[in-house]
Amino acid sequence: MSELLIRNGFVYDPRNGIEGEKVDVSIKDGKIVESVGTGATVIDASGMIVMPGGVDIHSHIAGSKVNAGRILRPEDHEKDVERHTATTRAGTGHSIPSTFTTGYRYAKLGYTTVVEPATPLLKTRHTHEELDDTPIVDKACFPLFGNDWHTMEYLQQGRVEECAAYVAWMLRATKGYAIKIVNPGGVEAWRWGRYLVGLDDRVPNFDITPREIVRGICKVNQLLHLPHTIHVHTNDLAKIGNYQTTIDTMDSVRGLGGENKPSIHITHVQFTGRTGSAWHNVGSGAPEIADYVNKHDHVTVDMGQIVFMNTTTMTADCGFQYMLYQLSGNKWMNFDVEVETGAGVVPYRYRRSNYVNAVQWGIGLELALLIKDPWRVYMTTDHPNGGDFTKYPKIISWLMSRKARNKSLARINSIARNKLDLPDLDREYSFSEIAVVTRAGTAKALGLKEKGHLGVGADADIAVYDINPTKVDPSRDFRLVRKALRKAAFTIKDGRIVVKNGEIVETPVGRTYWVDSTVSEGLMSKVESDMRKTFTRYYTLGMDNYAMADSELANSHRINVKAEV
Amino acid sequence: MIALAKKVISNVTCTFCGSTCDDLQVTVEDEKVLAVRSGCSSSLSKYLNYNAERFLTPLVRKNGQLTETSYEDAVRRSAEILANARYPLLYGWSSTSNEASRAGIELAEWVGGVIDNTTTVCHGPTLLGVHDIGEVSGSLGEIEHRADLVIYWGSNPVHSHPHHIMRYTALSTGRFRPSRKDRKMIVIDVRKTDTAKLADQFIQITPNGDYELMCALRMAVRGDELEQDAISGVPAEVIEELAELMISCQFGVIFFGLGLTMTEGRHRNVDVALSLVRDLNARTKFLIMPMRGHFNVAGANEVSAWVTGYPYAVDLSQGYPRYNPGDTTAIDVLVRGDCDAALVVASDPVSNFPVEASRRLARIPVITIDPHPSATTPIAEVVFPTTIVGIETGGCIHRMDGVAIMTKPLVPPPPGIHSDVEILRDILTHVKKSKMGQWT
Repeated sequence: MSELLIRNGFVYDPRNGIEGEKVDVSIKDGKIVESVGTGATVIDASGMIVMPGGVDIHSHIAGSKVNAGRILRPEDHEKDVERHTATTRAGTGHSIPSTFTTGYRYAKLGYTTVVEPATPLLKTRHTHEELDDTPIVDKACFPLFGNDWHTMEYLQQGRVEECAAYVAWMLRATKGYAIKIVNPGGVEAWRWGRYLVGLDDRVPNFDITPREIVRGICKVNQLLHLPHTIHVHTNDLAKIGNYQTTIDTMDSVRGLGGENKPSIHITHVQFTGRTGSAWHNVGSGAPEIADYVNKHDHVTVDMGQIVFMNTTTMTADCGFQYMLYQLSGNKWMNFDVEVETGAGVVPYRYRRSNYVNAVQWGIGLELALLIKDPWRVYMTTDHPNGGDFTKYPKIISWLMSRKARNKSLARINSIARNKLDLPDLDREYSFSEIAVVTRAGTAKALGLKEKGHLGVGADADIAVYDINPTKVDPSRDFRLVRKALRKAAFTIKDGRIVVKNGEIVETPVGRTYWVDSTVSEGLMSKVESDMRKTFTRYYTLGMDNYAMADSELANSHRINVKAEV
Repeated sequence: MIALAKKVISNVTCTFCGSTCDDLQVTVEDEKVLAVRSGCSSSLSKYLNYNAERFLTPLVRKNGQLTETSYEDAVRRSAEILANARYPLLYGWSSTSNEASRAGIELAEWVGGVIDNTTTVCHGPTLLGVHDIGEVSGSLGEIEHRADLVIYWGSNPVHSHPHHIMRYTALSTGRFRPSRKDRKMIVIDVRKTDTAKLADQFIQITPNGDYELMCALRMAVRGDELEQDAISGVPAEVIEELAELMISCQFGVIFFGLGLTMTEGRHRNVDVALSLVRDLNARTKFLIMPMRGHFNVAGANEVSAWVTGYPYAVDLSQGYPRYNPGDTTAIDVLVRGDCDAALVVASDPVSNFPVEASRRLARIPVITIDPHPSATTPIAEVVFPTTIVGIETGGCIHRMDGVAIMTKPLVPPPPGIHSDVEILRDILTHVKKSKMGQWT
């Protein structure tokens, strides 16, 4: 079948220890191979950077809350449109691009895998419909646990193994990839219009605390041998002084995981990294959080960096969205999901001149610069919460160039600037480290063994950027870095050229990864028969109609693991 | 001939109204629906009569008469009409699957037309309200488990959504509201409907008085004093009592119907209803939900939004999605006389559009895809028979609260009849062939 050879590029493949060396990359039948024949199509990558395709670990691209955002905001789309061509479908941006546009724009950035990190179990069929309409990239989604009655009841009763079987059933039913937890217990409280504070408030009617939920689900995750850790959006998000809740959450699962293996991923830490006691003295908790991460190897995090723009915030943390509506006065969508979770959407503009926004901007960057090991901190904007994913090149330039940071620092709120440690940080990421925080590290964290590297046997998902690392100093010429990363010279997906000179040339249908963790038959049949009873009582949809068939996905890719129970 | 066994299929999702109850038991014998259990009257009438009066072959107009033709000919003729049109309208979509909507939007992109769904004549104003205010809502199970105050406003579910009250609201058994006496149900309408007869309180308002009453209620919730004695025929004390009830409930909900969206004020009525509920959340927990009518009108909006960014009335004539209700809405493109061809899928615009719009439809070539004759089919140039979603064809649909459900085929369609998706895909293939030249 088709063979491809990428020649003379400067290859960055940190997983295999290749840091900008000139190595040829051979591709056959969609995989990286040792070598190819003379008949292979040759891509001349002289003077260019070759990296594995980008892997986004956290980006809200599909599902009911994303679409609620689209419906809420026609004004967001009309300024940013994509024309229908012979190859591509029409669509719209801006902060919440339509599905086809999302796929194309990721591919143009050199990204080939994207994870939708929060899907309500009951509404995941909708999420998959949208993922099926998101072309080119491979996808996965994380169903939401931690406010669902089943999990809370199992854990409250100490039935961890049965909870694990239930979670396995749900992952299979929803074709989910990993366990997402958002504001554990707090969303159930919000479904009564109430809030929880910290990790030890009790959830109304369920007699369990957020700490017990996180610990319990972390154990479930271990029992099921899921490839990713639990993926946690902590309690108290966006509240002042919440960095302590973040550290408490990390610490609550210390010792639950295996040796030298992460057991928890804390997502968009920027939103949960605030010090202070009131709005006027909000500060960055990044130093404290980074210090904890540096000292404990059971934690990975992603940034949730903000960029100064008009964007759309959306999260299952619907109580937080109500707070943001009250703060901003902007329009507000709320959607509570029976038995399980909820979601909220509020448009928001991050302003340089706003003290709190400026501090937020600093927290994200401080985290990335203060956490020493790039394999444990990943670049995200929590798209579209901190800004849309097309702004990644800008963030990369901030990470690679102190000069770029200083330019932006000069324009932010001066009180915030004086309060942040950021002006004093002189670390600058190398291209190799960028490859870690945008693909190698994220693929590893997700347990996607065939992604994020260019070793033999890996998926031939590759990005080629037109920038010469021997000639361009990213610290000084950060604008050139931005320009090159905005439009990949080539993006290769499963060995096919999908982007050439920043334009889409082919639009294959990407895979949807999901995890099937097999638990013992006895345990599963017991839990299933229990669930038959609760399902009828809890849900407005029958258990058989709830579960998705494999055939419902356009390109289903199941990952089998064997559970411990 | 082999005798086919009788079988009972359970957990069947009803494809009639927006409630999409998924607990029907359908008895099938000799590849025909014999009986339906657990269904409401609407459901029974749909499932037991689906096979009556059907088109069994495609028709095209020849010498002024609709004449039987082959499937291939009908596809070719339709593709010609659409590919040659300058500004075609692709309308319907609410009584078919999301898969059909997805194919329809791709077709609209290729022919550069307007794609609009039946939202345009029902809850279009609701979406306009949502664009302005947002919406505080939830899934129906939330109401079942938690709501202690249920208000139906300008909506008569006993007839429009017969099992709604039983499955999801006042008569349902929720975790925190086990019985009817745990909830208060209020109906606000211009006449004492059959729904009102089930309510604890019925508040009768003067026709077209919704906006004023809703504003007064919003004032009362905010603690402002009402100066008039009565508003929209409702005494001030009643309004104040209602406001107090809304504030003091633990979990309230307003369901609203066309009584709000299609009476004087339209999206302004919805604006103030959405604002009222948003305000109430400073005092208690309160949700609001439109009573979507067709079984997949919610899905038609969702598909349109994820593919184009906009929930209905999408104009693709410039090659990219444009949205301007009042300009790009089906009735407007027809009445203006801009539209020069139409594809109608699973809908009957002639029976419910204003007469000028129907007149325009009668003057332009129209393609219909519909299992049954309707008021629109007699004016059509091409008539496709098709399969029925939820009976003969599967497909994903969205319940009125956006919960996606996969429907399954129960019986095979009549021989030779294609599904909406197949027909649309085949037309698209022909259109692509003829349009490809524009890019190469």
